[in-house]
Amino acid sequence: MTAHMPHAGRIGGRAGLSPLAWAVAAAALALAIAAPFLLYPVFLMKFLCFALFASAFNLLIGYAGLLSFGHAAFFGGAAYVTAHAVKVWGVTPEIGILLGTAAAGVLGLAIGFLAIRRHGIYFAMITLALSQMVYFVALQAPFTGGEDGIQAVPRGSLFGLIDLSRPLAMYFFVLAVTVGGFLLIRRIIHSPFGQVLKAIRENEPRAVSLGYRVERYKLAAFVMSAALSGLAGGTKALVFQLASLTDIQWQMSGEVVLMTLLGGMGTILGPAAGAFVVVSLQNFLAASAFPVTVLTGGIFILCVLLFRRGIVGEIAWRLGSRRARADARRTRMKR
Amino acid sequence: MIARMLAGAGVMTALAATVAGANAQVSDDVIRIGVLNDRSGLYADLSGEGSVVAARMAAEEFGNEIDGKPIEIVAADHQNKPDIGSNIARQWYDAEAVDIIVDVPTSSVALAVQEIARERGRIFLDAGAGTTDLTGKACSPTGFHWAYDNHALAAGTGRAVFEEGGDSWFFITADYAFGHSLEQETIAVVEEMGGQVLGTVRHPLSTADFSSFLLQAQGSGAKVIGLANAGTDTTNAIKQAAEFGIVQGGQRLAGLLLFISDIHALGLETAQGLVLTTGFYWDMNDETREWSERFRERHGAMPTMVHAGVYSGVRHYLQAVRDAGTDEGTAVAGRMKETPVQDVFTANGRILPNGRMVHDMYLAQVKTPDESAGEWDYYRILRTIPGDQAYLSFEESGCAPER
Amino acid sequence: MTELLGIPPEVLFGQLLLGLINGAFYAMLSLGLAVIFGMLNVINFAHGAQYMLGAFVAWMLLQFAGIGYWWALILAPIAVGAFGIVIEKTMLSRLYRLDHLYGLLLTFGIALVIEGMFRHWYGVSGQPYATPALLTGGTNLGFMFLPTYRAWVVAVSLAVCLATWFAIERTRLGSYLRAATENPTLVQAFGINVPRMMTLTYGFGVGLAGLAGVLAAPIYQVNPLMGSHLIIVVFAVVVIGGMGSILGAVVTGFGLGVLEGFTKVFYPEASNIVIFVVMAIVLLLRPAGLFGRER
Repeated sequence: MTAHMPHAGRIGGRAGLSPLAWAVAAAALALAIAAPFLLYPVFLMKFLCFALFASAFNLLIGYAGLLSFGHAAFFGGAAYVTAHAVKVWGVTPEIGILLGTAAAGVLGLAIGFLAIRRHGIYFAMITLALSQMVYFVALQAPFTGGEDGIQAVPRGSLFGLIDLSRPLAMYFFVLAVTVGGFLLIRRIIHSPFGQVLKAIRENEPRAVSLGYRVERYKLAAFVMSAALSGLAGGTKALVFQLASLTDIQWQMSGEVVLMTLLGGMGTILGPAAGAFVVVSLQNFLAASAFPVTVLTGGIFILCVLLFRRGIVGEIAWRLGSRRARADARRTRMKR
Repeated sequence: MIARMLAGAGVMTALAATVAGANAQVSDDVIRIGVLNDRSGLYADLSGEGSVVAARMAAEEFGNEIDGKPIEIVAADHQNKPDIGSNIARQWYDAEAVDIIVDVPTSSVALAVQEIARERGRIFLDAGAGTTDLTGKACSPTGFHWAYDNHALAAGTGRAVFEEGGDSWFFITADYAFGHSLEQETIAVVEEMGGQVLGTVRHPLSTADFSSFLLQAQGSGAKVIGLANAGTDTTNAIKQAAEFGIVQGGQRLAGLLLFISDIHALGLETAQGLVLTTGFYWDMNDETREWSERFRERHGAMPTMVHAGVYSGVRHYLQAVRDAGTDEGTAVAGRMKETPVQDVFTANGRILPNGRMVHDMYLAQVKTPDESAGEWDYYRILRTIPGDQAYLSFEESGCAPER
Repeated sequence: MTELLGIPPEVLFGQLLLGLINGAFYAMLSLGLAVIFGMLNVINFAHGAQYMLGAFVAWMLLQFAGIGYWWALILAPIAVGAFGIVIEKTMLSRLYRLDHLYGLLLTFGIALVIEGMFRHWYGVSGQPYATPALLTGGTNLGFMFLPTYRAWVVAVSLAVCLATWFAIERTRLGSYLRAATENPTLVQAFGINVPRMMTLTYGFGVGLAGLAGVLAAPIYQVNPLMGSHLIIVVFAVVVIGGMGSILGAVVTGFGLGVLEGFTKVFYPEASNIVIFVVMAIVLLLRPAGLFGRER
């Protein structure tokens, strides 16, 4: 054990929270329950799906230090699988989502296996190129419907009992899935596995010399991140009752990178904050003629030049416990 | 930890089960018309802002209000993507009290929007898309299909080109609902008349470079190259065909869906001799000339059949709202189907139970530069195709009566 | 007309020619990317957008100033290159001391802004740009029909690629460049202005992209999305060729274009993904790329 490992006291995964954190969590839960009565439920569900997607992506970039530019393949791929399963095979929604998650995991294994062979920039470019290949396959494959997408996806009945075509029922289901996924990510991060990931991010040769099978850890993180992105994608397909090429295009990969960067890489809540900002912006500007991509690109540029810690990262820095500052300093990408 | 997660999820699910709540139908005192189409892409010229102008012209004929309720028109761009289109439609119907959505020239988006409208019992009047599925297997009691459809195009252009000696075909098809449907309809006509289909190739929607597809068409040796696409896809293909010596080589191009905006973009030099099927032409009679001139003053170009279709559909809808005394979807839809359609768009239109507006179509040929008297004088009408021949009857359409 | 492998020769050679033309663009763009990466260690995601800018500058020159194709061939790359220099001086240079991935993200943001603005101003259906009068028409070679303009494009890109290769590998300026790539501190100590060299290199790479855009304008229509379709394929080409290698970029670019054209003849559905499949195979067998060395 080295002296400056920040979570030395928490190895073993007792994710204990301070009373303040519990209060905040309870308040957030209350807000989440009240929200669909105040705001348009579909907007909220979109935010929740993207928050999960960004958090899954953050697992890879913020904690393992691997920038993947091809996560849309998992998000969109799972959306197609879930949509197809629910519409054509007639399975219940939770099975459909699980199938989508599994498909994304398998795809993550395939892409990760090839991409892990290179580092840094090459890794990013390879994930981008391979996800583009998945896009073209999706374009051609008959079951995806190409440009038309898979439309009129029924929301079905959860466990055969709860009718999800009612907006409030669907909202709470999506909330449950998102919170569940989020807690799972948190568990992964605060576990021995998560510690090794951070070690690999900090100093890979050192981790190798300590005897860790680095490639396996990276691949495992990649698959987990892919599967959880698939969870978000499958849920989104049911929310919008549509799976289309937009979910699997490389621009979607860029969007999730932006959400995570904007919110704060390597922080637990950052990606959700970033997702909220981006989804709100898109919603707000959808009706106007203002080009959203220009704004998105502008935010990207600003974040990279001036605001690399992201929203939550900045807040943590300023509220600054020593541990938060040390964490923030460590949150930079793998060289 | 796992137990905590499961407990949390369980609580959420229980809450979901106990909460009641269907969508409340928001009905306020405004008649809101949503014009949803492609405003920035390959179909922008044939629909786009022109459709908004057409809708406004229709509303103005009612003095912009009905029984004291004002008529409001909103517009949005679906960018030819089903997810964007369906999100806008959902938001419009659920959160912004839009009563009717019109236009949607892209078939894949039209299918998605029709489904959303059907679930909510709201009216969707498609003026621009081609797929026959809108009045076939995807039909809806509150859905209407106005200006044309792929069956009419195949019955018109397909048949006419075949009769002029085009008995072997090769298709260049836009790879989505519209292209597939148009290709299918035309193949049915060609084969029924004894012709051969030598091959097809699919291209992505909004393609700039057709050279490799045209080469394949050239290699097939077919007498006719059928272009099952629209907008700039069609005009690009026609322009580039000259580059590879296709027309010099003796093959003939058949633009299965052509609008007057396309002919304007191509120019008579390139487009002369092309045969096309249209539901409306500005220079048919005094009434069409007068209306089209008014449209041109406001929009800057002559109306395409989509623009005229939007005008006609919105006018018919508003008339039904006034007659029915309500803006509730199913009631107005029923009223619309009972009333015949008589306006500048068509003199003898009627609506079938599946929402198909049956009216006469016209087979036209593009004039040579010498024959044309000036700008926009592009078509010579060859013959009229009666509505019953152009469109499928309700029994043939494939629309299941319980829908 | 005799047939080869069941395909009439006009189709086969026609598709190979089209593939060669695509390959010419892949080669020019991956050359620019390779040059920029070699010197600055930055992946210029904005390369596609800068290619599009070149085409639009040519179109705007014609539309608003009546300046034709031949002048545009010179002016547009200079304009786009100058724009690149501004980007490098104001934004990119701040990121050199950080992780290289930030450069990727910055250029990604720049690409989004440029494409978004042009999309907003001009829509996505493209503006026509006429082939210059001198190069219209074609020759019927018997076994295929050769459009003159497309032959010109192949000739120009070959010339440009060879000239660039020669400049970098065989001239003194090129040797400074190569030295600065290997050991910037030492080269700076010799009195060579390395930051200025980096700026000019970026400008040159971007100018190459702009030139490719002008060449593309009469063929592919001037369209705000023309770069984003192309850039990912170019990334795959660069990964296959090996990032440090100029020759690798050029050879792989042309080669993959021809392979794609070949696939279009026999198995058109796979033509979009064949380059990525090759990339996957190369990664399994030779991770550093065909001509590259692991950096």
